[in-house]
Amino acid sequence: MTDTQSKDLKVREKQELTGTAEQTTPGLVFTPAVDIFETEKEITLLADMPGVKSEDLIVDLRDSVLTLSADIAPIDHSNEEEILVEYETGRFYRQFTLGEIINQDGINAKLNNGVLRLTLPKVEKPAPKKIAVKEN
Amino acid sequence: MIYRRLLGFPTWRFRSPFEELERIKRQMDLLFEDVKTPFQRSHAGVFPLINLTEDIHNYYVRAELPGVTADTLDIRITSNNLSVSGERKMEAVVEGAKYHRREREAGKFSRVIGLPGEINPDKVEARLENGILTVTVSKAEAAKPRQITVRS
Repeated sequence: MTDTQSKDLKVREKQELTGTAEQTTPGLVFTPAVDIFETEKEITLLADMPGVKSEDLIVDLRDSVLTLSADIAPIDHSNEEEILVEYETGRFYRQFTLGEIINQDGINAKLNNGVLRLTLPKVEKPAPKKIAVKEN
Repeated sequence: MIYRRLLGFPTWRFRSPFEELERIKRQMDLLFEDVKTPFQRSHAGVFPLINLTEDIHNYYVRAELPGVTADTLDIRITSNNLSVSGERKMEAVVEGAKYHRREREAGKFSRVIGLPGEINPDKVEARLENGILTVTVSKAEAAKPRQITVRS
């Protein structure tokens, strides 16, 4: 881990969403970069969503499809003139299909410094019950 | 083009037709290179990517830095260079966790942005909000446009 921490960050262009369905609202849509890891108890998802406020974020889980969708508050540029533009801003959207059954009530979403942390607890499978076979 | 005019046009008489095709291909490539550039966003290739805007009083430098905390950021200003450096740290890997995806990266970064005009180094303000850094740099009094009243 120390190895990856000391390396220099490289520029990675924001990934624009390429989907079949066209958006109804104009504007750019990006897919956030994510980390997903799983432990025995839960699945954790971390997503980079700079500029997203908690009230603008929608996390939706239905039929084992997880949807992340976020609007960003536009910055008022009306009286500013652009000199250099290296990145664009826009909405974030990404969907995942989950293989595990998730306990819907236990889902926890936190936004911190533009990073979403989503905890999806797995439904505990009933422990296999051993059936004793009796002999007559 | 000058070359062609100096030597006369049908120079390919002395070459093979394949060479001529090669030449056309080269010119086509050049043409497409010209066409492509406006669509591709050009940047310096240094993390973080920045947007620079200005109004009458200030320059605004914005960068997307999700997951970077204010205490790891180091922002310095010299005569008209703004330097932003820091480190993006990832939390420790949970013991026994299996990764499905790893797209987010950690590491150090450092970038110097040259501001196009004179600035006032005493009036610089930096804010980090929802993973977006905004540095407001006040322009020097001498660099601000002054309105001149026209007398009739």
